[in-house]
Amino acid sequence: MKRFLKTYLEKPELAGVAFLVLLTIAFQIRSGGVFLNAANLQGILGLLPEVALVAIGVTLLMICGEFDLSVGSVFALTPMSMAVLLEAGWPFVPAIAVGLCVAMAIGFVNGVLTVKFAIPSFITTLGMLFVARSITVVISGGFPPLLPTGAIPKWLFVTYVGPGDMFRVSFLWFVAIAIGVSLLLSRTNFGNWVRATGGFLPAAESMGIPTKRVKIACFMLCSLLAGFAGTLQVMRLGAPLPSIGEGLELQAVAAAVIGGTALTGGIGTILGGIIGATLIRVIDNGLVLSQVDANWFKMALGALTVFAVILNAWLRKKAKSIKVETGK
Amino acid sequence: MTAQPIIQVKDLHKWYSGVHALKGVTLDFHPNETVGLVGDNGAGKSTLINILSGIQAPSGGGITFEGRPVSFKGPRDAMEAGIETIYQYNSMVPTMSIARNMFIGREPLRWGIGGIGVLDTKKMAEESVRAIADVDLHLRSPDALVGELSGGQRQGVAIARAMHFKSKVMILDEPTNHLAVKETQKVLGFVQSLKGLGITGIFISHNIHHVFECCDRMVAMARGEVVLDKRVEDTNMDEILDVL
Ligand SMILES: Nc1ncnc2c1ncn2[C@@H]1O[C@H](COP(=O)(O)OP(=O)(O)O)[C@@H](O)[C@H]1O
Ligand SMILES: [Mg+2]
Repeated sequence: MKRFLKTYLEKPELAGVAFLVLLTIAFQIRSGGVFLNAANLQGILGLLPEVALVAIGVTLLMICGEFDLSVGSVFALTPMSMAVLLEAGWPFVPAIAVGLCVAMAIGFVNGVLTVKFAIPSFITTLGMLFVARSITVVISGGFPPLLPTGAIPKWLFVTYVGPGDMFRVSFLWFVAIAIGVSLLLSRTNFGNWVRATGGFLPAAESMGIPTKRVKIACFMLCSLLAGFAGTLQVMRLGAPLPSIGEGLELQAVAAAVIGGTALTGGIGTILGGIIGATLIRVIDNGLVLSQVDANWFKMALGALTVFAVILNAWLRKKAKSIKVETGK
Repeated sequence: MTAQPIIQVKDLHKWYSGVHALKGVTLDFHPNETVGLVGDNGAGKSTLINILSGIQAPSGGGITFEGRPVSFKGPRDAMEAGIETIYQYNSMVPTMSIARNMFIGREPLRWGIGGIGVLDTKKMAEESVRAIADVDLHLRSPDALVGELSGGQRQGVAIARAMHFKSKVMILDEPTNHLAVKETQKVLGFVQSLKGLGITGIFISHNIHHVFECCDRMVAMARGEVVLDKRVEDTNMDEILDVL
């Protein structure tokens, strides 16, 4: 029993789940039952994949012990690259492929700069935040290209599906990717290397794990997911704005942290990051429904981030204090 | 000693931009022998074993393993040859479970492509339980986090791991630092048991008493050179303190 309790208290995503349940109840009451009705859930689930995919990548990278502040810019650059090519008459598949390759290339550069020069990824990706945003504005030519009508297979990405049109196809992409990355982290040897690399780098190195390559791969995956998320948003909106995704990098870090990912690496789960991202969407939506001034959103997000970390630290301490014998 | 040495170190040099950390070290390690390596801080002990375990490359000289010249490109090469190294802190990830730590970098896979694949977690759990029991360490669950173990238990798991992968040479770099007296005794016990298992041991310590307690041969290093190399029964405390 003790062991069982301890195991649960140790789950890093527990604080996030607790907040999610509390807030859902609070908003449901405040909004007079509107919060959980079909139309509103449709709104939440329709937008969730975009933030959550970014959060998945950022969470994975943070578990590996690194940061990516450039995800918001990659979120804009990837669909902008695709749109520019579509406008130039390219077909959809090569255009999106090039866009996603641009995203991966940025992740590769972030990773290589970080591991080869042994500088904090906070710095390399801060630089990339500006560089990628700048490129986005430059290639947009100042005013955004319109996505040619009919150029995009909307049915594959953004049309509503499911019972009562509950969610967009993008939600299915998100679920599939979330499961895929979770399994990658928890069930494969690569996931083991990611956790070891972020958990204690000298041990990972002395056991012969190619830690540099592991990190670069995580940077690339993180960028790829951010680029794909931005592409989903642009397909939903119908036009690539060069300013989308601003501030998203910090929301993604907040999501990861709310979900129990440690800034020091090694600790965290993909599910936690998703729960964090869901919480952010829920707050955004719930505040609007409760007719609270929308400017309180950042305040709520900030407070939640700090409280979630405090609660998590407290839960972990509680778990530690539950003594279960390690020997016998 | 008539048997061929398992490791021969010949005229090994190591420069760290300006620091001559190893100045021509020549040393043989024989099968089934436990060698104690002592010396002050900065004598070059860690540098020597880092080269033997593939973490660093020598600047000059060479190593033969079982008679063949080898040049390890990384720790994996050394591990595959059969050299396992246990460090004071470095060999375990505290945020991961015992079972996961046992197999870091050498995970059994159910299936995989290009070296990446799905972990055989059942095999990992079973084999880690067996490996830990084999070194006479009793732990409740292979799922416990290494961070929850005491320092001595961690070294026990590291030793179990080295045994599990059938190492021929086990190098222990100051494994007893920061351990309580009882735990130190336990680790020294492990070192003594290596002989019975047919494993060559290289035990680094700055506590000379410990080396006398569990080694067959004493090698002392100072300022990047070997200054004494004798069987323990042919030397004593004073002589060693004298050369250091
Ligand atoms: N990575 C390194 N870079 C530069 N100098 C080093 C490095 N590692 C060790 N040294 C230097 O090499 C010498 C030998 O160090 P080391 O092998 O760690 O000795 P010991 O383990 O016997 O204390 C010391 O002078 C140390 O400062
Ligand atoms: Mg040392």
